[in-house]
Amino acid sequence: MDIIETVFVRNNLVVAFAVVGLTIWISYLLADKLTAGRIHGSAIAIALGLIAAYFGGITTGGRTGVADIALLGGIGLMGGGMMRDFAIVATAFGVQLSELKKAGLAGVVSIFAGVIVSFVVGASVAILFGYTDAAAITTIGSGAVTYIVGPVTGEAIGASDTVITLSVAAGLIKSILVMIGTPLVAKYIGLNNPQSAMVFGGLMGTTSGVAAGLAATDPKLVHYGAMTATFYTGVGCLLGPSVLFFVVSTIY
Amino acid sequence: MIVYGVALLSGCLILGMLIGEAFGVALNVEANVGGVGIAMLFLVFASNSQKFKSLTEGAASDGIKFWSAMYIPIVVAMAARQDVAGATEGGLLAVVAGTAAVAVSFALVPILSKVGNSTSTKDN
Repeated sequence: MDIIETVFVRNNLVVAFAVVGLTIWISYLLADKLTAGRIHGSAIAIALGLIAAYFGGITTGGRTGVADIALLGGIGLMGGGMMRDFAIVATAFGVQLSELKKAGLAGVVSIFAGVIVSFVVGASVAILFGYTDAAAITTIGSGAVTYIVGPVTGEAIGASDTVITLSVAAGLIKSILVMIGTPLVAKYIGLNNPQSAMVFGGLMGTTSGVAAGLAATDPKLVHYGAMTATFYTGVGCLLGPSVLFFVVSTIY
Repeated sequence: MIVYGVALLSGCLILGMLIGEAFGVALNVEANVGGVGIAMLFLVFASNSQKFKSLTEGAASDGIKFWSAMYIPIVVAMAARQDVAGATEGGLLAVVAGTAAVAVSFALVPILSKVGNSTSTKDN
């Protein structure tokens, strides 16, 4: 046992890569076999991560989930703020500004409307649940934007661990609901042409949710939804810890 | 060289974070104001500009694409290090916030689609 502990602890980041890789492999398998691809593997993997964090938390009594287990300490570094921000910025690579022109006015409006509307809804729910400090309200509102905008915003404005966790959970719920709900409501919201798919991508924004939801509705629409959804997280990361935080701060 | 792309990505993040911190100081708030978003803008401009071609094409681009592909695995690790045990009481809040955001956004799809249609018919 000593040998295992020594090797695992000394190579903790490498262990994290292996464990996360395995988790994702299992998640994609489950997504394929159990949900026939209806729920994207990434959402299952994130859910598994949260569940593992819960058990990590109750067994160790620590505040950083699985990362408090000595053998899995590398998860803390891999999933920490520095790596998260590095990877999220990398996703902006290859984004073509010309795509925005193709998306047109409605597409651009939908991106901003989507971020702001989700934020306002999430923030209002936080207020209804009794939160009164600006950082917490802003972070939960940002979580309703996406599961990445929540923690990016929360850490930037100094929200508590608990609130950041809630923002990730809210974003994950949103993503899964978009995956499952899109084919069910497509008929009623007129989601059957490229124009409405672009508006849809901009309003929902959760890239995995939009891709999986549109694929289940009409695979031809995926590309149009992705065109606008690509910009959504970036706009969220830009507005969350700035304009939106200031607006909430002036009220609370 | 793969590392050129990685270095460009790093430069964008550091610059964005510095500007975000500076905004925080200037506005007298204890926050990094939009740093990540600003960094993303830098990378978008760099990848759309001719001047940075040597840092964004060929092998150099693989250095950025690798980290882009590591996004979901890193988010999974991020989920696994959350204080879920401490946040279970707020579980309902997360469900309500996520669900309400989706419901309202769904409802807006037909409205904004109409906006798009009316502007494009004007153009015609």
